[in-house]
Amino acid sequence: MSARRLVPVLGLCGLAVACTSVMQREPAEPSPAQVKAVLASSFQAKGQAKLDRLDQDELQKACSHAGEKPLSPEAAHRIQAEELATVRYPQGGLLGDWKAGEKIAQTGTGKQYNDDPSQPSGGNCYACHQLAPGEVAYGNMGPSLYRFGATRGYTPEMQKYVYAKVYDSNAFTACSNMPRFGHMGILTEQQIKDVVALVMDPKSPVNQ
Amino acid sequence: MRTARAIAAAAAAGLALAASVATGEQKDSTAQEIEKYRAALAEDNPAELWEARGEALWKEKRGPKHVSLEACDLGLGPGVVKGAYAAMPRYFEDTGKVEDLESRLVTCMVALQGFTPEQAKKNPFAGPGQKVPMDALVAYVSSESRGIPVHVSLAHPKEREAYEMGKKIFFYRGATHDFGCVTCHGANDKRIRLQDLPNLTDPAQARKAYTSWPAYRVSQGEVRSMQWRLNDCFRQQRFPELEFVSPASIALSMYLAKTAEGGVMSAPAVKR
Repeated sequence: MSARRLVPVLGLCGLAVACTSVMQREPAEPSPAQVKAVLASSFQAKGQAKLDRLDQDELQKACSHAGEKPLSPEAAHRIQAEELATVRYPQGGLLGDWKAGEKIAQTGTGKQYNDDPSQPSGGNCYACHQLAPGEVAYGNMGPSLYRFGATRGYTPEMQKYVYAKVYDSNAFTACSNMPRFGHMGILTEQQIKDVVALVMDPKSPVNQ
Repeated sequence: MRTARAIAAAAAAGLALAASVATGEQKDSTAQEIEKYRAALAEDNPAELWEARGEALWKEKRGPKHVSLEACDLGLGPGVVKGAYAAMPRYFEDTGKVEDLESRLVTCMVALQGFTPEQAKKNPFAGPGQKVPMDALVAYVSSESRGIPVHVSLAHPKEREAYEMGKKIFFYRGATHDFGCVTCHGANDKRIRLQDLPNLTDPAQARKAYTSWPAYRVSQGEVRSMQWRLNDCFRQQRFPELEFVSPASIALSMYLAKTAEGGVMSAPAVKR
């Protein structure tokens, strides 16, 4: 890549002085293929984490640039529409068991190479969100969800939104820090329903 | 005159303190308690034991060639340990590569002591009840940079290349959870549960965090190296295992070290 890029640069630049800044910056930025090659030579498969986890999907590619320059509104809208189209809603109701949801919210294991793949993954919601008031050790990467259902209303539309948000956070916020729990197969359909219940069941401690 | 000024300054400080108490949240008092706990731990830093063991290992005749590491060139000339860590990673002529401390120690163990690369890289991190030479050597060499500001060169094209690659890797999101380094370390005032997360793209925060590694981890009863720290981050990112002294690990260290440029080394520090 660098050779192909350098040739026209050299051709255009007659004066060395005019070229200096271009010439110095040009080889600095590694291409996606170069980054991938370095990663491929630096990781080894372990447990359930095989080397294919280094392969980025289109969303991960787009969001790896976001750290340096923000997405354009058009790109963000396109990503959100594409991700929303992947959400698979269950047959029947969306509210599971909030007690099971609380356990999922407290569990941080799952999908790491040292985790037992026969055990269900957790959602680790408390790592980033305030939920039930009894748990004071909550993080602040995401917004507080305390009294989410009580303040937003226990409507079917809101249930559907929460289900989709947990299933694929990027359907509403492109390049969100929140994992796509359904899209990536981290949580099962039943587990997502249980998490929806934790947030949306009027009896859940989250809504007290 | 001097007294009047001192009184005025004290009064101003008192006001500032009162204001911060009045507006402070519970989180701040928790953070203060954690700071106190850290300060208490730092008074009696168990890392000293690793440093002493590392110094002895540095001087001990080891390996098939039965020689010490005292002729090892960490970048400031053969045998110069003082200040070497604060200027790493760096490019080394003899290998034609950018090396961090751990990879340079491997190079010296192979070239000087006659170990095979596999032997030199074996068991890089202590396990339960098992001490390893690498941790001790890292503790010793890094301790010899205490009080010295981080100054990492990007003058050589390979140093610049490593920095740019490390930056790309920092922002690289992947695996099942879409996590990259940037997910936890790209914004200010964030925490996981109650653990504060430094924003490593911000020079002031990067200085504070980077200069405290390697560190004695109270929760593990071990001195942990920067290589270990990166390895454990990628585990939690759900990536495959980051290989010890791999090109990606060294590039990432280069990015972190350069962002922390000017920070004064305090490693090995004490961590929760």
